[in-house]
Amino acid sequence: MIYLDNAATTLHKPAQVIDAVVEAMNTLGNSDRGVNSRSLKASRTLYEARAKIADLFGCLRADHVIFTQNSTEALNIAINGTILSGDHVISTDLEHNSVLRPLYRLETEKNVELSFVSADSKGNLSLESFEKLIKSNTKAIICNHASNLTGNIVNLSKISRIARRHGLIFIVDASQTAGCIPLNMKEIGGDIICFTGHKGLMGPQGTGGLCIREGIDIKPLKVGGTGVKSYSSMQPQDYPTRLEAGTLNSHGIAGLSAAIDFIQSIGINFISEKETKLMNNFYEGVKDIKGVKIYGDFSLDQRVAIVALNINDYDSSAVSDILSQKYNISTRPGAHCAPRMHKALGTESRGAVRFSFSWFNTYEDVDRAVQAVREIAL
Amino acid sequence: MMEKSLKLIITFPSTTQAIAFEKACLANKLPGRLIPLPREIDSGCGMAWCALPQDRKELEQIAQSEGIKISGVYQLFF
Repeated sequence: MIYLDNAATTLHKPAQVIDAVVEAMNTLGNSDRGVNSRSLKASRTLYEARAKIADLFGCLRADHVIFTQNSTEALNIAINGTILSGDHVISTDLEHNSVLRPLYRLETEKNVELSFVSADSKGNLSLESFEKLIKSNTKAIICNHASNLTGNIVNLSKISRIARRHGLIFIVDASQTAGCIPLNMKEIGGDIICFTGHKGLMGPQGTGGLCIREGIDIKPLKVGGTGVKSYSSMQPQDYPTRLEAGTLNSHGIAGLSAAIDFIQSIGINFISEKETKLMNNFYEGVKDIKGVKIYGDFSLDQRVAIVALNINDYDSSAVSDILSQKYNISTRPGAHCAPRMHKALGTESRGAVRFSFSWFNTYEDVDRAVQAVREIAL
Repeated sequence: MMEKSLKLIITFPSTTQAIAFEKACLANKLPGRLIPLPREIDSGCGMAWCALPQDRKELEQIAQSEGIKISGVYQLFF
């Protein structure tokens, strides 16, 4: 089977990741619950993972790395913990439902005002539009680092400068870029970076988190057991405990920690280079096939390894099904939880077939996928 | 019967800071170990660094140089 749905989750994980999870399941107690040897081992494992993530994303404090189940939980914490009733928020057409639905709920339930920067027909944002949308009650800008549909990357540094100039909180959804391309929150000027562990980082599902700039105040989404200050009626205020009520997924985080070691041992630039080459080979192979329509901007200097396309007037679900059934190639059809992006591209009704590549794909995988598209388009 | 002696107890705002402190102490071969937070300090659970009173100066110095926040420093029988 050729797996080209890595933007949904990377199927192939480094062997070290699987070993680390097994080792953790055999040896870790519950972190921060007492000081017995197994609990301490879990606490140390989490600390090491926090330190590695802080280093990877340029977060200045390891205790400002918060673990969550995934990006969706991280984004819910970031959005619900910073946006208050009556605030105005600027976001974009590139967003996934993990951003859109929390925002729409705040709009409905807390009278939060929303504005969206539109994407053009190639899926790019007009960066000048951010500043034009700012109002007196604007609290935050929430922006995807890369579209999970087109693979287009957004210039975050420019947006962060706008946010800084107007005193706005800048929240970044790095679901598609974490582990795939270098991302340094200090360099780009992000206040909160939300990431998932199971995509480009090649860690287990059920892992993810937030990196928070010091001084950014986030109200907890959930409160509960922390293993400390048990007689206090209030959630402890110090990060990371403040946002981490309940037992953490130490087993998964041990795997994520090993995944980051794997990425660092190869070098994220080298990974990015290979994934980009896989994507470009596929793009070059299919772009001139009659009946193939490709979405996104391939003239950008940097992209994540995604190619979304349609063939003739076929339903994207039917194409993805043929790819799976006849060619044993896994892709993702439909809406990709990105309704605004599909509307902007005019693919709302038929969706698109998304091919997404990872470090573990081969150039032979690409050649076979190109051949399959060619045959389907005949 | 449990024997007790006078100890230096250092507390932290979070367990993450406590683990960071342990890592710094191990790297610098400084004395002490993590213990459950003694009830005389707080009965609400947590962890603290336990060493001898004479270790105080170098332990506080390492916390400062590593940017690790300390909540309190106590001397008590543990």
